[in-house]
Amino acid sequence: MKKNNPSYSNGGRFRDNLATRHRAGVIWQIVFQASTVIGIIALTALLLNIIDGAFGYVAYEARVDPASLAVDGVAIEDLPQELLVEILRQNLSSGAFNKLDNEIPFNERSRINVYDLVIERIVRYDVTESWTLRESLTQGAEIRARVIEEYPDAELRFISWINAEFIQRPQSSEAVNAGVRTAILGSLLTILVTILVAFPLGVGAAIYLEEYALDNWLNRLIRTNINNLAGVPSIIYGILGLAIFVRVLGVLTSGAVFGSVDPTTASGRTVLSAGLTLALLVLPLIIINAQEALRAVPQSLRQASLSVGATKWQTVWSHVLPNAIPGILTGTILAVSRAIGETAPLIVVGASTAISFDPNIFSRFTTLPIQIYQWTARPQAEWRHLAAAAILVLIVLLLSLNATAIVLRNRSTKRF
Amino acid sequence: MPGKKEAAQGTGYPVRKEGLRKRRRVGETIIQSLLFFAGFFSIFTTLGIVYELGKEALLFFRTPEVDPWEFLTGTSWQPHINEFGILPLATSTFITSLIAMTIAIPLGMAAAIYLSEYASHKVRRTLKPILEILAGLPTIVYGYFALMFVTPLLRSLFGNDVVQIYNMASGGLVMGILILPLIASMSEDALNAVPRALREAAYGLGATKLEVVLKVVVPAALSGIAAAIIVGISRAIGETMIVAVSVGAGPNFTFNPFQSAETMTGHIVRISGGDLSYDSIDYNSIFAIGLLLFFITLTLNIVSQRIVRRFREVYE
Repeated sequence: MKKNNPSYSNGGRFRDNLATRHRAGVIWQIVFQASTVIGIIALTALLLNIIDGAFGYVAYEARVDPASLAVDGVAIEDLPQELLVEILRQNLSSGAFNKLDNEIPFNERSRINVYDLVIERIVRYDVTESWTLRESLTQGAEIRARVIEEYPDAELRFISWINAEFIQRPQSSEAVNAGVRTAILGSLLTILVTILVAFPLGVGAAIYLEEYALDNWLNRLIRTNINNLAGVPSIIYGILGLAIFVRVLGVLTSGAVFGSVDPTTASGRTVLSAGLTLALLVLPLIIINAQEALRAVPQSLRQASLSVGATKWQTVWSHVLPNAIPGILTGTILAVSRAIGETAPLIVVGASTAISFDPNIFSRFTTLPIQIYQWTARPQAEWRHLAAAAILVLIVLLLSLNATAIVLRNRSTKRF
Repeated sequence: MPGKKEAAQGTGYPVRKEGLRKRRRVGETIIQSLLFFAGFFSIFTTLGIVYELGKEALLFFRTPEVDPWEFLTGTSWQPHINEFGILPLATSTFITSLIAMTIAIPLGMAAAIYLSEYASHKVRRTLKPILEILAGLPTIVYGYFALMFVTPLLRSLFGNDVVQIYNMASGGLVMGILILPLIASMSEDALNAVPRALREAAYGLGATKLEVVLKVVVPAALSGIAAAIIVGISRAIGETMIVAVSVGAGPNFTFNPFQSAETMTGHIVRISGGDLSYDSIDYNSIFAIGLLLFFITLTLNIVSQRIVRRFREVYE
């Protein structure tokens, strides 16, 4: 034996080999580690890039100097509503003035609203140039010098594109006045429709599959089908929504059946259609998550309940569901946060480009991701800053949802 | 049955007329039917997809301007001059997906191996949620990142005349970053499911850590990893917002990743972005493209499920 395997007895070749093998081990470990680090770096770059866009210097010019609009030395910030309306009447064409009055009469508008109109229609701040956070921090002096030289009338300010006004203002055609109020409300309303439809249907389906369904071909088909639906690209759901909710059920989703006669929504491209489309999209996810939560409830609990004479539904309702509900809720929240971020299906269903009114379920819609898409798609830099700010709002919304899910999961992890 | 009844009577216990037979409970039946309807509802969704996509796609192919053979082999997609060849859309979908997968497969698998085999418990507990956050961000955010960060980066690396403002490379790269955590997370689950005994046995034979990982653990988890990769591919093909924002708006039959082009999904988004009138050829064409997309991703998903089912190594 020893003569046949000299390398093993004196350890010569074996040892050489060992060193190479260990070296390979170290090298590959570094490769594995580096790949993970690259992933983390990508995430950091992505977040920094968004923050970079959301803050920075802006130079803007007013077309009409606000000081020139002051009445008797009182600046327009402090003028009462009647005088502001008077300013509008004097400076706008009568057609434009009457159009505004027809939309909502001036005496029914709030003072803030009228003031915003003065700023938006008459003073009209235009962004002449804007800089990212990195540029603002590293080349501050050059930027200031350049603005003084090139735009003597412009005002340079370091701003956060995301601020209280940004969240409260509706969409606008001027970057300075644009906000995400409409988009946030649109997102919330759409998601509400989605939850109301998808949650009961999804949990019901999960209960059926886990508690009632026998192992026959039909139920196997349903299971396979749900798994496949979870992998269908979201844009396909958008096409389905367009064909069914917008076109076939247009009478229903436009609200015409319920006596809503808003001609702009007659096409059925409404919040309701959007919510229903997203409901179809998240339904498989909710079912799969709820199934897992139901599966985690121990069999002994069901048997105990059945053995004291409870019916199947009584067992499910008062023993299985209460134990599974935290898991079901966690899964639902995760599915819903997916729906909140969805953009493509809603574009196909027919999101509107510019809405400045608060939506109801039969009105045209826009949502946060749609708003981000539209702003990103515009070539001017200021819109992209707004997109970055809107992304931050969206991320905060999603993170708070996810945090809720984690808290729910931690609080109610029961071990049987 | 009568025999049983007699036997019961024989014991002297009072037996009610319905005996021990299950009583019909109307409420239970109604609830069960409702639950069945909820379970069956997903079948309607699938039928709806197949029916609607099929119907409108059929209308599309029936129009005299469209020839099914040309649809599959034509290299020009220009609806305004009635040229409907899917290839320019399909190739750009293919190229962006290819770029994405070249990034996502090696990095995602390496990250999975690191997290599952090398990382300490504490490191894994920190890193995994971070990767999951990365996977959970809306894709429009990635689109912004592609346009605002990756494209300028590529242009400064390769020159502004080489890299167009909208190009397939940046969309593909960012798509890779999006799919990386998906593959990492699914592969890590597969690696974790390999029992400890297999590793200990390999160590006992004198294998180094790397040998244990690459020659024992990874092969044992291969079915799960393969499924993760296929799901990743399917995700890349169906991905929409990243390419809609960063790849361009206009079909272009090219294999140069630095040129702008339009993927199948990107085209659907652009066409339906305007107010689309029904029964126009544009309206029907998005259904035809959608149908193709649906079948590609469906096939990939079914293959992935088959792989998991057939090649899964079951350990007790």
